[in-house]
Amino acid sequence: MALDTSLYARRRVTNQIVMLLAWAAAATGLVILALILFTLFYNGVAGVSIAVFTEMTPPPGSEPGGGLLNAIYGTLVMTIMGTAIGTPVGILAGTYMAEYGLGTRLATVVRFINDILLSAPSIVIGLFVYGIMVKGSGFSGWAGGVALSLLVLPVVVRTTEDMLRLVPNGLREAASALGSPRSHVIVKVAYRAAKAGMLTGILLAVARITGETAPLLFTALNNPNWSTDMNGAMANLPVVIFKFAGSPYENWRELAWTGALIVTMAVLVLNIGARMLSAQSKANS
Amino acid sequence: MAGSSGISLSTLRQHNFWDAVMRHATRTAALTVLLVLGGVIYTLVVGSLPALNQLGLGFFSSQRWNPVEENLGGLTAIYGTLITALIALVIAVPISLGIAIFITELCPRWLRRPIGIAIELLAGIPSIIYGIWGLFVFAPVFRDWFQIPVNNAVDGIPILSTVFGGQINGYGILTAGIILSIMILPYITSITRDVFETVPAVLKESAYGLGSTTWEVVRKVVLPYSGAGVIGGIMLGLGRALGETMAVTFVVGNSHRLTGSLFSPGTTISASIANEFAEAENVMHESALTLLGLTLFVITFIVLAAARLMLLRLEQRKGN
Repeated sequence: MALDTSLYARRRVTNQIVMLLAWAAAATGLVILALILFTLFYNGVAGVSIAVFTEMTPPPGSEPGGGLLNAIYGTLVMTIMGTAIGTPVGILAGTYMAEYGLGTRLATVVRFINDILLSAPSIVIGLFVYGIMVKGSGFSGWAGGVALSLLVLPVVVRTTEDMLRLVPNGLREAASALGSPRSHVIVKVAYRAAKAGMLTGILLAVARITGETAPLLFTALNNPNWSTDMNGAMANLPVVIFKFAGSPYENWRELAWTGALIVTMAVLVLNIGARMLSAQSKANS
Repeated sequence: MAGSSGISLSTLRQHNFWDAVMRHATRTAALTVLLVLGGVIYTLVVGSLPALNQLGLGFFSSQRWNPVEENLGGLTAIYGTLITALIALVIAVPISLGIAIFITELCPRWLRRPIGIAIELLAGIPSIIYGIWGLFVFAPVFRDWFQIPVNNAVDGIPILSTVFGGQINGYGILTAGIILSIMILPYITSITRDVFETVPAVLKESAYGLGSTTWEVVRKVVLPYSGAGVIGGIMLGLGRALGETMAVTFVVGNSHRLTGSLFSPGTTISASIANEFAEAENVMHESALTLLGLTLFVITFIVLAAARLMLLRLEQRKGN
């Protein structure tokens, strides 16, 4: 009996072509992304100097020199503020959904809305904060911090809920059987068991807002001088990068690359920290 | 101590008190999430009312953009948002699927984790980095090696010379679409890979056991099983591409002129807001930009809601 080999040949060739394409896709994608990181390092490292961390952003046309100190400070302060506001609210909301509201309609709706907020355009959050805080009273560091906190919130809600739901119910039941009130069960048993995962979520949220630009453009705006006044406009790395990159001045452009490198490094360190933390917690459980 | 329970009444009261505090605090926090969304919608609607009242629905079909004369139309920005997101999807989806297939089916086991981690780290890189790379590195290369040759090649051909014609300087709709596609690539890839991994090994093994090739397993077992999840992931990527600001603003060219050309500068909703909002000429300009923001929010809300519903359905099936 003669075997019809043409069908086999055709299937084999189709398979080889598609797999070749998959290889090519993987290679293309990874090479491009690697290329972006490489150019970022190449251009960013060239501008790294002590002055970057000790001098203020230079005025237009004052070549060369200048640093990013005021922008780095502003980013740090607003990131800390955004985290300080967004995290407690996020943890509480996540706790409600995992501990009290499981299966209730409120929890279902909040989960859905929270997922929408999680990927909503950040510039829209900026418009919202502009409407409630900037209109009438002017640009401020507070407004920038609040805008960032609204980006932290959904991330923390999501991870807190997910992590609490991973805590075995047996633990809660055991604590309840020993006579612990509900609040003790949550704080002393559930939180403790989910600690590493919740911390991972917070780190990821911080990483997310470190490089956020759009919501700061018209809340914190920018400030060429050293300023610790949270009621006034405040410099921050992302907006400085945006302004400087589009400028015709050579030293501004170089500072933009260096700023971009600093932001990326911070985000990568936070992400890797989060990953190590969650790997550790998996190893423990 | 009262009786044999070993716990005093005051301690019990205290417990009751803290239980109530905890319950109410968490419930309030959960309601805050709803309040934020409500606040966003309310602020955007109130902010866009002046523009809606004065310009009416003609806003959405007018392409004029003259802030000083308060003659404003959003068509160019809305068109730019949709077309750049579409270009981004057309490029990013096949490549992401390719990478996901590569990771789950082809890649040697020891390489799987490093590539997966790399992809996830890249998904976390702020979009402004993609923007600055597009501005300084990609746009000049793209102009010299793609735009100019293609423009010369299609010279004189009716439709193509419009689509690939116009003002050529490296920035524009197509450049923005390409940068966006690079940005959403890791994002779609990591979701697609996750849903591919939900396919039970037994299903794949039985298909291989019947003599299927890798491609046949992917097309007839993996994709049908994880289809809803893949589409959900793609739509999440679309939602990001639609709302993305910084990666686009750097390279789109920021021109409020509507042209049929992919090479010409254009604008998107988010790019217009990013560039003009802080320095709006007048109340009407600010209101028109807010109206654009509201439009963007509505579009992304629909896309994201659809995406979540699809992913939710997949999760439920996994649960069964």
